[in-house]
Amino acid sequence: MSRQHIISILLENEAGALSRVAGLFSARAYNIESLTVAPTLDATLSRLTLVTVGSEETVDQIKKQLDKLVDVVKLIDLSESFSLERELVLIKVKKTEALVQKVESLGTDALVSITDETDDYLIIELSGEKAWLDDFLLAVESDVIEVVRTGVIGLSRGERALTL
Amino acid sequence: MELSGGEIIIQSLKDEGVEFVFGYPGGCVLHIYDAIFKQDDVKHVLVRHEQGATHAADGYARSSGKTGVVLVTSGPGATNAVTGIATAYMDSIPMVIITGQVPRAVIGTDAFQEVDTVGITRHCVKHNFLVKDVADIAITMKKAFYLASSGRPGPVVVDIPKDITDPNIKVPYEYPAEVSLRSYQPAVSGDIEQIIKAVKLIQEAKRPVIYSGGGVVLGEASEELKTLGHTLKFPVTQTLMGLGAFPGTDPQFIGMLGMHGSYEANMAMHDSDLIIAIGARFDDRVTGKIADFCPHAKIIHIDVDPASISKTITVDVPIVGQVKPVILDMLAQIESSGETFSRERIGAWWDQIDQWRRTDCLAYDQDSGTIKPQYVIEQLYKVTKGDAFVTSDVGQHQMFAAQFYPFDKPRRWINSGGLGTMGFGLPAAMGVKLAQPNSDVACVTGEGSIQMCLQELSTMLQYSTPVKIINLNNGYLGMVRQWQEFTYQSRYSSSYLEALPDFSKLAEAYGHVGMQITKKEDVEPALREAFAMKDRTVFLDFITDRTENVYPMIQAGKAHNDMVMAPNSKYKRDLA
Repeated sequence: MSRQHIISILLENEAGALSRVAGLFSARAYNIESLTVAPTLDATLSRLTLVTVGSEETVDQIKKQLDKLVDVVKLIDLSESFSLERELVLIKVKKTEALVQKVESLGTDALVSITDETDDYLIIELSGEKAWLDDFLLAVESDVIEVVRTGVIGLSRGERALTL
Repeated sequence: MELSGGEIIIQSLKDEGVEFVFGYPGGCVLHIYDAIFKQDDVKHVLVRHEQGATHAADGYARSSGKTGVVLVTSGPGATNAVTGIATAYMDSIPMVIITGQVPRAVIGTDAFQEVDTVGITRHCVKHNFLVKDVADIAITMKKAFYLASSGRPGPVVVDIPKDITDPNIKVPYEYPAEVSLRSYQPAVSGDIEQIIKAVKLIQEAKRPVIYSGGGVVLGEASEELKTLGHTLKFPVTQTLMGLGAFPGTDPQFIGMLGMHGSYEANMAMHDSDLIIAIGARFDDRVTGKIADFCPHAKIIHIDVDPASISKTITVDVPIVGQVKPVILDMLAQIESSGETFSRERIGAWWDQIDQWRRTDCLAYDQDSGTIKPQYVIEQLYKVTKGDAFVTSDVGQHQMFAAQFYPFDKPRRWINSGGLGTMGFGLPAAMGVKLAQPNSDVACVTGEGSIQMCLQELSTMLQYSTPVKIINLNNGYLGMVRQWQEFTYQSRYSSSYLEALPDFSKLAEAYGHVGMQITKKEDVEPALREAFAMKDRTVFLDFITDRTENVYPMIQAGKAHNDMVMAPNSKYKRDLA
C-alpha cells in the first residue's frame, strides 16, 4: 500500500550533491512530490526535505539508495514518528472585495495574511500543514493568478532529531 | 616536496602502488602525460580506444583484486570511457578513472572537447569528483582509491581541469596515509543476532541451497565459502559472477543457476526450503519470474550493500556485512551449536538433486559433423588443464564458457555479467595478462563481440600480452538469433552477419598468429599448438555449428522450474 513519506537528509554542501539526490529518483523511477533544500547552521551541510509516495518496500529501498550516496551524511524518515510539518505558499490574486472577505473569513488563523497589496492585486501568504493549504487553495482557486509553494519541511517532535 | 598538479597525480598513483595506467592522451591531459614521461614506476599502456582502456583496467582489477586505473582526456575521451565505467559499476569492480577537463575558466562555455563528465558519469560510478584546486588533488586521489576499493567496490571518476595540472604551479605534496569520510562507513562484520537466527534456520533446513555470487570473489571469501559448504554438506549453486569461488569440479557444486543455469540448480532453487544467498543480488537473470521465485524457501541474505538486500526479493534474515567475516562468524556459531552436518542428514534432498542431475542438461550432439561450440570449450578446458584465466564477451559463447569450463579458483572467470558489454573480452584479456604474466589467458568470444574492440589487437602487440582468442564463429549474433528462433518464430531480424573479415588474416595483419579451424578433429591440436606459443597472441577462428542453442533456458518471465531443455538431454525420457 502506497503512502506518503517525508524524508529529511543532511547532505554534504558540495557542488553536485543535490543533483545526485534528484538524479537517483529519476534513474530509479521513484516519485518526488516535493523537494526543498537550504544551508544549515553548519556551513558544510545542507538540509534537504523530500516528500515521496510509495509502498513500504519502495520507500525502504529509496532510503537505502539515498544512504548509499556518498554525499548523504544522514537521513531520517519523519513519517516513522510524530512530526511537525509545514509549507509556505504565496498566492497572487486579482483584488476583489469578495476575495478580501473570503481571505479574512478563512484566515482566522495567524498563518494567513495579505502580505502585498497593489491597486488591483494581492499576494496572500500562508503557511501550515499541506492538507490545510490544499483546502485553502481549493477555496480560492477561481481567483488565483499564480501560486508558489516551498514544498514541505518538517521536524520530528520530542527528543528525536536529525543531527550529526 | 613541491609538485605540479600533473606530477601530483602520478606521484599519488605511485604512492597507491599502481603498476599500470591504461589510457589515451589528448589536449587536457598533456601536462599529466608529460609527468608520466618523466618517470618509470607507473607504466602507461596506450590503448587504441578509451573503451579498451576501461575494460583492460577492469580485467586487471578482476584478476588481481587491485584497483584498475584509467587516464583519458576530456570530451570524447571521457564519453568513450563511459561504457567501460558502467560495465565496472554493474559488476562492482574497483577502478579509478582520471579524466581531463577543460580549464576552470572555460568550464560551462561549450569549450573544445568539453563535456560535463561528472554529470554524464554520475549514474554509473560509485562516486565522482571535479577537482577545482591543485591543493585538493592528493586528498581527492586518496578518497577515490579508498571509495573504489572499500565496501561494495566500484568505479570512481576524478575529473581534473587542465589548468590545475600546470607544470609551473607547484604546491607542497604529501600523500595522506589514510582518509575517512563522515558520510561513508561501509559495513564490516554482520549483526551477531542475525547470524544466530540464520544458523537456526540452517539447522532446521531439509532442502537447503547455498546461492553464492560475485561478492564472494570480490570479498576474497572463497576459502570461507568452501569451508562453509563442506561443513554443512549443502548443495552450492553460483551466479555467473560467482563462478570459481566454490570449485566447479566439487561434487557439492550443482552448476550455475538462472536463465542458462543447470536443470538441477534451478530445480533445487525452486524446491528449496532454505536459500543462503552470499554476495549475490537476486538479479533478474537469476530469479526469473519474481512471483514464483523459491516459493517454499526461507531466505538468508549476506551482503555488504544494504541496498542489495530485499531490493527485488524480500528476505527473511538479512545480514549486512562483508561476506568473509560474516561467514567466519557463522562457522563459529555452527561449531558452538555442536550440531553435526552430513550428506545423509539431508539424504533425501541429495537423492532428488542427483535424480535431476541425471537429466544431463548440458548434453549436446556429440556426433555432429560440425564443430559444436560446447566441444571447443571442453577442449579448451582440457588443453589448459582447467587452470587458465578466461575472459569472455557477451552472448552464446559466454554462456557456453560458463557452462563447460568449470572454474576451481576465484578470479579466473572474467566477464561482463551485469551490463553485458560486447567488446569487453579482448581488452579485458590484455589487462588480465598484464596482471598474470605467467598464466594462460584465453578470450572466449564470437565474431560479433570481437569486432567491437578489435583495435586492441594492436595494443596487445605493442605491450606483448600474449593471449589466445577463441572465436566461436557461427556467422550469427547467436544469442539474438536464439531468442528470435524461440520467441519471434525464427524471424532473424539483423542477427546474421554478412561480409565477415578473414579473422586469421586480420590477426596476422596486426602481427599476431591467425588460425582458422573448420574440422572437429582439428580443434584440440589447434588449441595445443596455440597454447604452446607462449609469447604469441593467437587468434583461433573456429567455424562452428551455425544454429546451436544454449540450453537449458528459462525464457524471460518464466519460473525456475519452467525450462526449455536441450533436445539431447534425457529430460523427456526420464522425467517428463
